[in-house]
Amino acid sequence: MPVTPQLRCCDASGCRSAGGQALRRALEEARDAAGLTAEALAIKPVGCLRLCGSGPLVACDGPGPSQLFGGVAPEHAGALIAASVAANDGSAAVSDDPLAAHRLDLSDPFFALQQPVVLEGCGQVNPESIDDAIAFGTYAQLHRVLQELTPEQVRDEVRRSGLRGRGGAGYPTGLKWDTVALQPPGPRYVVCNADEGDPGAFMDRSVLESDPHRLIEGMAIAAYAVGAERGFVYVRAEYPLAIERLRLALQQARSRHLLGNHIDGTSFNLRLEVRVGAGAYVCGEETALLLSIQGQRGMPQPRPPFPAQSGLWGAPTLINNVETFTAVPAILRQGGHWYAGIGTEHSKGTKVFALSGAVVNTGLVEVPMGTPLRTVVEVIGGGVPDGSPIKAVQTGGPSGGCIPAERLDTPVDYESLLELGSMMGSGGMVVMGASTSMPEVARHFMGFSVNESCGKCVPCRAGTVQLAQLLDRFVEHRATPADMERLDALCQMVKVTSLCGLGQSAPNPVLSTLRWFRHEYEAACREPAACVAAGGVER
Amino acid sequence: MLHACRALLTVAAAVASKSWWETIAMTPSAPASTDPRIAQVIRRHGARADALIEVLHQVQELHGYLAPEVLREVATGMGLPLSRVHGVASFYHLFRLEPPTAHRCAVCLGTACYVKGGAQVAARIEQRLGVRLDDAAGDGVWALQHVSCLGACGQAPVLVVDGELMTRLSVDPPEALDARLEAAGLPQRTTT
Repeated sequence: MPVTPQLRCCDASGCRSAGGQALRRALEEARDAAGLTAEALAIKPVGCLRLCGSGPLVACDGPGPSQLFGGVAPEHAGALIAASVAANDGSAAVSDDPLAAHRLDLSDPFFALQQPVVLEGCGQVNPESIDDAIAFGTYAQLHRVLQELTPEQVRDEVRRSGLRGRGGAGYPTGLKWDTVALQPPGPRYVVCNADEGDPGAFMDRSVLESDPHRLIEGMAIAAYAVGAERGFVYVRAEYPLAIERLRLALQQARSRHLLGNHIDGTSFNLRLEVRVGAGAYVCGEETALLLSIQGQRGMPQPRPPFPAQSGLWGAPTLINNVETFTAVPAILRQGGHWYAGIGTEHSKGTKVFALSGAVVNTGLVEVPMGTPLRTVVEVIGGGVPDGSPIKAVQTGGPSGGCIPAERLDTPVDYESLLELGSMMGSGGMVVMGASTSMPEVARHFMGFSVNESCGKCVPCRAGTVQLAQLLDRFVEHRATPADMERLDALCQMVKVTSLCGLGQSAPNPVLSTLRWFRHEYEAACREPAACVAAGGVER
Repeated sequence: MLHACRALLTVAAAVASKSWWETIAMTPSAPASTDPRIAQVIRRHGARADALIEVLHQVQELHGYLAPEVLREVATGMGLPLSRVHGVASFYHLFRLEPPTAHRCAVCLGTACYVKGGAQVAARIEQRLGVRLDDAAGDGVWALQHVSCLGACGQAPVLVVDGELMTRLSVDPPEALDARLEAAGLPQRTTT
């Protein structure tokens, strides 16, 4: 197939904030100035091209291998057009390449070690064009599923894939779908949790901004598999571009009869709506999210009943994360066995991570489950910018923990991270260098939990405040050995007695830093020697 | 009577004109009397109780914040107890119950921004503007609040000034940060 020469300009919010839109306008002007038509050289806005830290990014496609440029200013537009012309007519590269400093090596491990499944279309398709999405193959699986497969067959395939919830908890997706599908007859709902609140996580935002049609296809397939006719995408209000693109995509899908009544000429109906959050982290918890969709305060409810049994308006409700739904079309296309062949025994497939913090390459990374953490942060991420060693990697946001440098060889999968006192979480990975103080990190997260506790149960509402005050004592070097013991005990109490995931996991950043960096807490005491002598419970 | 009808018609005609919309949307003042636009927003959602958050978002966009009389109007219009409406409005961080200052900064203190010096950015702005972080009243003109993650971690540390995202702020040396803040229009209120 002949490759149409084109320039793909990242138009996700990362590159936009780095001047991506001005660059695209400059490129269009430079193309016109060079006397080229849009057919001869297409300039296409696309979603995330991964290396967010080097934005704005432009990919140049031609007959040869694609080239990628980063940190390109509008004044480089002429040179970029010239470079893409040269690449297309095979003329020799200019000896004095004005873009040399902006060329990014696509054979660099950051790109070479990635395995795009969820992000397949991300950076390839124009997120605002359904035609482009369809040309890329989106909605083909929905069509096939509706025409050829029964809901049971779809669920079988998902079960075979071994896909587990990508929101963090890792519940088997196929099992959840079965639970919803097998409830007594009546209305059902599908809900996509796009309330990506973990600081340091931007995977879902990237998917929504880059390939919203893929998510809609995944949700429609899920709705068919569980027998739902109505669904919601709950997006946090902090993501305006994602909301705008998702709304546009839904509108386009409705106008093509890919949503609505009698989809694809079958008896399958589906109405999907966007619901925008209002800045409450706790709404990422599923029972709180469901209340928020119903226009109420987002306060978690005790489970059971689980949403799969009794969710929106008391009806069985399937809730999955953006990444989970988005993985579904590829699973149906390639088969569950194919997906199950990637990853480890208990964690199948790929996982998208948002890499940030003290690391050379910041951006979006999709790798097979089980990839050693070291590969992700040192090889793909390139380590700490000044070349100093990595001190710790924070995963799982305020519910997770800090993994110390000596454990970097751990494979990234659900169980291994839990063993280290952290968790997979939704996929935020923040690298910390030597200058980051662990008690300060713990206090930082505790401050977050204090702010975000909904106030319903006492252990979380009052416990997090007490923990934050205790941590203040360490940060301000006025802690005593008794504070050390209190910190341990209070963490356990909050963890064990809180109602929902937010409270239960709020102590994790403290517990994990206490476990791996206890000496920093000891050194932070008013009389460090006394704290060391008092020792502590080893976990 | 005729006069009142004509006044209503003028309002209706004005609502239809977009420029009028925009001027009003930017003026954070709530009229003392009832606002027909609130009823309109509610009608658009069919007065369904589950649309309350969406209604509050849109009403806040119109008025800049959610004043007590506005919440009462929403409650009446949607046929919900005022306690329910107030409960929801006060639960979510993005709903403002006090009038906002004319200019606002939001500094991101998410993990990635924190690791890259977000707290120093916040401290520098506090010092520059002479305001306290998360004091909604600020100095009456400028206020500084924190946000917990804008998902722009790849460009950390980031700051939002009046809706405009600023990325990759460098905190070292402080003069470089000051130059960026100056360019963003943050006044130097205190001497350093």
